[in-house]
Amino acid sequence: MFVINCPYCGEREQSEFKAGGEAHIIRPKQPTELSDDEWAEYLFMRKNIKGVQFERWNHAHGCRKWFNVVRDTSNDAIKAVYKMGEKPPTY
Amino acid sequence: MKNKYSIFSLIKNAFSHHENWGMAWKDPAPKKEYDAVIIGGGGHGLATAYYLAKKHDMKNIAVVEKGWIGGGNTGRNTTIIRSNYLWDASAGLYDHALKIWEGLSQELNYNVMFSQRGVINLAHNLQDVRDLKRRTHANRLNGIDAVYLNTQEIKKFCPIINTSQDIRYPVLGGTLQRRAGTARHDAVAWGYARGADEMGVDIIQNCEVKGIKRNEDTVEGIETTKGFIKTKKIGVVAAGHSSVIANMAGLRLPLESKPLQALVSEPVKPVIDTVVMSNAVHAYVSQSDKGELVIGAGTDDYISYSQKGSHDIVEGTLNAILELYPIFSRMRMLRQWGGIVDICPDASPIISKTSIKGLYFNCGWGTGGFKATPGSGDLFAHTIANDEPHKLNAAFNINRFVSGDLVDEHGAAAVAH
Repeated sequence: MFVINCPYCGEREQSEFKAGGEAHIIRPKQPTELSDDEWAEYLFMRKNIKGVQFERWNHAHGCRKWFNVVRDTSNDAIKAVYKMGEKPPTY
Repeated sequence: MKNKYSIFSLIKNAFSHHENWGMAWKDPAPKKEYDAVIIGGGGHGLATAYYLAKKHDMKNIAVVEKGWIGGGNTGRNTTIIRSNYLWDASAGLYDHALKIWEGLSQELNYNVMFSQRGVINLAHNLQDVRDLKRRTHANRLNGIDAVYLNTQEIKKFCPIINTSQDIRYPVLGGTLQRRAGTARHDAVAWGYARGADEMGVDIIQNCEVKGIKRNEDTVEGIETTKGFIKTKKIGVVAAGHSSVIANMAGLRLPLESKPLQALVSEPVKPVIDTVVMSNAVHAYVSQSDKGELVIGAGTDDYISYSQKGSHDIVEGTLNAILELYPIFSRMRMLRQWGGIVDICPDASPIISKTSIKGLYFNCGWGTGGFKATPGSGDLFAHTIANDEPHKLNAAFNINRFVSGDLVDEHGAAAVAH
């Protein structure tokens, strides 16, 4: 349980948001040319990091916009919040 | 067995005020080399070591555990055991485990307090009814005991359930597996540890794995906080931390680790003598032998290793519990905790070889691994010893995410995990 600072609405309870998992997974440019291994990698394989993770969140019960969060998954401390398309901060 | 537990040993030790019982397992320093090392001293890891020693004659093995044995998810779950899964592969896997549970206390000479008190899964809408009837038929075709009960039969089996039809999620019926039930979670870890130790397995606690040494595509050993341990076979049974170990070996797994919560109430007199699960409203309850209500909640939807979940998840579960059991409205909750569960996209486990020779993973049990403990250990031991899966865990290979041959229990609606 923690508070997320939505870049559009400000600080709100985490329960207002929907977690979207690992961020910056790039959608394949040529899906028809992907091998089964590459599809598995894109669809299923995840870093699942213990530590600082870049992830997507959606303010489902608010503005409904997507944005990115940098969070330490070992203690749920949020390091940074940035909008979709912005350059991720370095951690 | 050196220290066989029996009525006679109990009487004998009573004369010395129970102060001279032998240690149930030793506390050895790690040797330089083992034939196999199991990473993770929970129920699944200890069971794996036990069956490697017992059925595959691998005695020179070790279990390394970063904390104390059974201190992770083994000690944090709601101890429910059942095998009424929809798909054939899952039914085979979980019923294999249930059959071992039925003789486990005798086999281990350790009372795991396995209690076949039955598990009910409730239906709250017409789709639940159809899904649960379908699952009942599927179970019976697989030789698993299952019956479908209507509302009155549910009420008769568990009288404290509110079967009024004007509540938000009325009880329209449910399934009952009579062979299902609960067991004492700590005793499972301790029983397997004692049995494995007896056969020469080294159980090394407070020993955290820091790295996996490989020579190209073959494992050579593990770096730990107690030094380097050489081995040709590594079985990883690290539950929520499986991805952390995988990263050390340069592997990626299809897992997400999330907090799953449970809570217990203050102890009260016997009031519910079965296990009732409600998948649609995600609340399940049973009563421990101490008298506490044991309540399971759902997972949070974000990745976290913090071993604590959100309050709104607990609140949602308790809302559902109170509507189904108004009798609990003035119960006070005693403790609440979280465990980190590793969930596969299809909600089925991975018991598999990997692309690295000598590295095996047993993970992805998600929210329902406890029930499988004996079967998981048995099949994982087979996989490690023979470098080939047993036919019961062949479908649970890691390659299914490439081939697309998933065991989609997530999609098999009304199956709680």
